Amino acid sequence: MCLAIPMRVIEIKGNSDDLLNPQIATVETDGIRREIRLDLVDRIPEIGDYLIIHAGFAVNCLDAENAETNLQLLRELAEGMEESAEGDRT
Amino acid sequence: MKYVDEYRGSEYVSNLTEKLQTLSSRKVRIMEVCGTHTMSIFKHGIRRMLPEQVQLISGPGCPVCVTPSGVIDAFVELAGRPEVVITTFGDMIRVPGTGASLMEARAAGADVNIVYSPMDALELAEQKPDKLVVFLSVGFETTTPTISATILEAARRKIENFCIFPANKTMPPPLKALIQDPELQVDGLLCPGHVSIINGSESYRFLVEDHNIACVVAGFEPTDILLSIIALVKQVQENRPAVENCYSRVVTPEGNVKARKIVETVFEPVDSEWRGLGTIEASGLTLREEYGRFDVTRRLEIQIVPSSEPKGCLCGNILKGISQPPDCPIFGNRCTPGSPVGPCMVSSEGTCAAWHRYGDLS
Ligand code: SF4
Repeated sequence: MCLAIPMRVIEIKGNSDDLLNPQIATVETDGIRREIRLDLVDRIPEIGDYLIIHAGFAVNCLDAENAETNLQLLRELAEGMEESAEGDRT
Repeated sequence: MKYVDEYRGSEYVSNLTEKLQTLSSRKVRIMEVCGTHTMSIFKHGIRRMLPEQVQLISGPGCPVCVTPSGVIDAFVELAGRPEVVITTFGDMIRVPGTGASLMEARAAGADVNIVYSPMDALELAEQKPDKLVVFLSVGFETTTPTISATILEAARRKIENFCIFPANKTMPPPLKALIQDPELQVDGLLCPGHVSIINGSESYRFLVEDHNIACVVAGFEPTDILLSIIALVKQVQENRPAVENCYSRVVTPEGNVKARKIVETVFEPVDSEWRGLGTIEASGLTLREEYGRFDVTRRLEIQIVPSSEPKGCLCGNILKGISQPPDCPIFGNRCTPGSPVGPCMVSSEGTCAAWHRYGDLS
């Protein structure tokens, strides 16, 4: 039931002051566009950010830079591997 | 940015499997909790890549599969009422109850609609003011916030002909029950990626501290899953269980606090029955009194009649991880994705469906 692939924000509609008209983001991946409700995210995304979407709602918002950094980290882990498990211990 | 390709590059995958081979010395039993993980593991043939000592067990992570057949019977009965319009996510529609499935009810004239979002159900209610539009509310932590936001929106727009049939469940209680099961002997959990977006990786801390279970939050791409399995194997072999987050590009330690607040506004915990696992304390959700008018079981006084598993179906044991699909005598013969007997064969996230589809019999 989960869409694992983040989708890129190309437009934001609505105004955060207007409770009766919650904000909506238009997202796009591979030419597919969708309107996504932003009720559940604690930060309104900027154009170019990525959203994780579930059942028509954004459940998480990642900024483009952060997404890139994580990608880089994963690449390094896959190549170097030695620090694999320590890297992200919380 | 080629977001997905990077996580599927075959050279990374083979690096990781090699690493895992050299690393594994003792037997490690890992339960993957999330149905989307199960699907991804089979789709990418990950079981075949693992050394013999590393065993993956599928857990109760498919929300459709854990819905008891008595609840499905109640869905089907409700669908038969002329004043009711049913809305549901697609994977529920073919699940047989004791008798018919929703699809069969639809063929017999019931108004059953597949929706992509609970908001689509609310919009349908606005379009059909003389009908009662009911959304079959099945799902875990990732889905519940979307339903909660929809209920708040229904209240805001004063839409009175919209209800849900509450059957949502939460993940931590069954995990706790499962790891205490002596039959299972799980060493580590591959923790669900999207449930963790909401709950946060810290929500697994009790499993580490109270139960000595290794916990790694994993994404869904092959590299994500392999990296997470490596992390789990390391933890178990070095006997230092911890909460590790291998999906930190998306999951934070504290999770999505706003989404959890919205859920708490609308729902409260209640004991709930799981197929195969029985009733687990505070593992389900019911609408708070204030939003009780959106609960169809209260509005129409619907009783859930307990009922047994479909005849011959081993789904209960499969959901507990103590049986594998080929253990079921009717797997692949009487029970196939085309004509499913149990829920594990229906949902794309079901363990039997994944085994059947990808033929991974390792
Ligand atoms: S093969 Fe079919 S009947 Fe057997 S356990 Fe799986 S879903 Fe149930």
